[in-house]
Amino acid sequence: MIWFINSLSWALLVVGAMTCVIGGFGMLRMPDFYTRTHAASIADTGGMLLIMFALMLQAGLTLITVKLVLIVLFLMITSPTASHALARAALHDDVKPRLNHDKRMGASGSANDRHDPS
Amino acid sequence: MFLAALAGIIITMILLLTRAIVGPTVYDRILAINVFGTKTVLFVSVLGFFNGRPEFLDLALTYALINFIGTIAVLKFMQYGDLGWAGSEGEDSDV
Amino acid sequence: MRYLLGLLVGLAILWLVLSGHYAPMFLAFGLGSCLFTVWLCHRLGSIDAEGVPVDLLPRLPGYMLWLLWQILKANVDVAARILRPGRHISPTMITLTAHQRTPLGQAVFANSVTLTPGTITVGLTDGQAEVHALSEAGSHDLDGGVIDQRVRALESRVRHLSSAGS
Repeated sequence: MIWFINSLSWALLVVGAMTCVIGGFGMLRMPDFYTRTHAASIADTGGMLLIMFALMLQAGLTLITVKLVLIVLFLMITSPTASHALARAALHDDVKPRLNHDKRMGASGSANDRHDPS
Repeated sequence: MFLAALAGIIITMILLLTRAIVGPTVYDRILAINVFGTKTVLFVSVLGFFNGRPEFLDLALTYALINFIGTIAVLKFMQYGDLGWAGSEGEDSDV
Repeated sequence: MRYLLGLLVGLAILWLVLSGHYAPMFLAFGLGSCLFTVWLCHRLGSIDAEGVPVDLLPRLPGYMLWLLWQILKANVDVAARILRPGRHISPTMITLTAHQRTPLGQAVFANSVTLTPGTITVGLTDGQAEVHALSEAGSHDLDGGVIDQRVRALESRVRHLSSAGS
C-alpha cells in the first residue's frame, strides 16, 4: 500500500512538473496577450494542483497536509483574481485581442484581423 | 523524483523569464512575473520536502500572499500612477 | 452576529493550524490577535453576508470537487492545443449572462470561469460577463451554462444583502 501511494505521488509529481513546462512553453508560443493568459493558467492551476497533491500524498495525514491544503486554497482564490485584474487592465489600456470569432453584445460580426499569419 | 520536479519547475521559470524579457506589452511581463511567483511557491514547497524540512511550507504560504499583493500593487500603480488613491471616488476615473 | 462569530471561529482555526505551538502564552497571543482582527473588520464594516460567506460553506466542498474535475479536463484540452503543431486555437470573445442573485454569487461565477484554463473573464458589469475563450468549442461549453447553474445552487442559501441582518 505504501509502495502504491509512493509511486502515485511520484507519477503526479512528474506529470505536474511537465504540465508546468507545457504552460511555460505555451507562454512563449501563443500569439497575443489574452491567449498567453490561458497558457499561464495551465501552469497556475494544473501544475500547481498536481504537484501539491503529490506532496500531500507524501506527507500523509499530518499538519503539513493541512498547510498544503491552505496554500492550494489561497492560490485558487488569488490567481484568478490576479489574472482577471490583469486582463481587465490590458483591455482598458487598448491591448486589442486577436479574435477569430467575436460574439460580444454589440460586436460587428467577425473580428477585424482574422487573417493573422501565426 | 523531487529532483525531477525541481528541474521541471526551473525550466518553466527560464521560459517565463524569457517571456518577461521579450514580452511586447507590459502586461505580458506582469503576467509572466505573476506565474513566476506561483512557480516560486511550488519550488519552495518541493525544496522543503527534498531537504526533509517541510517547515518551508510557511515560507511558501507567505510568498503566495505577497505575490498576489505585489501583482495587484503593480497593476494599480500602472493604472493610477499612485498606490495611495482608492480609485473609487469617481472624480477622474479612467476605468 | 453569526457572521461575526463565523469570522472569529475561522480566524481561530487558521491560527491554530498555522501556529503549531499550544503553550498557554501563545494561545493567549492568538486569541488576542484574532479579536483585534475581528475588531478591525468590524470598523471597516466588512462583516456581512458578503465579507464572511459562511452561507456558502455547506455546499462548498461538493462544488470544489466538481470544479477541480472541470479544471483537470480543461487542462488536458488546453495542453493538447498548445502542444500539437500548427494552429489549433480560435480565440473568441463572448458575452455571458450571470444569472446569480447576489454579487457574491456572480463573483464566484466569474472566478470559476477564470480558474478554468481556456476561459478568462475580462469584465463583469450588471450581470453581463465578458469572457475570452481560447477556442470556439470552449465558448460553446460556457454557453450551455453548467457553471452558471452550479453556482446558482451553491449560493441558494446566501441571503441578499438588503434583507440580511447580522
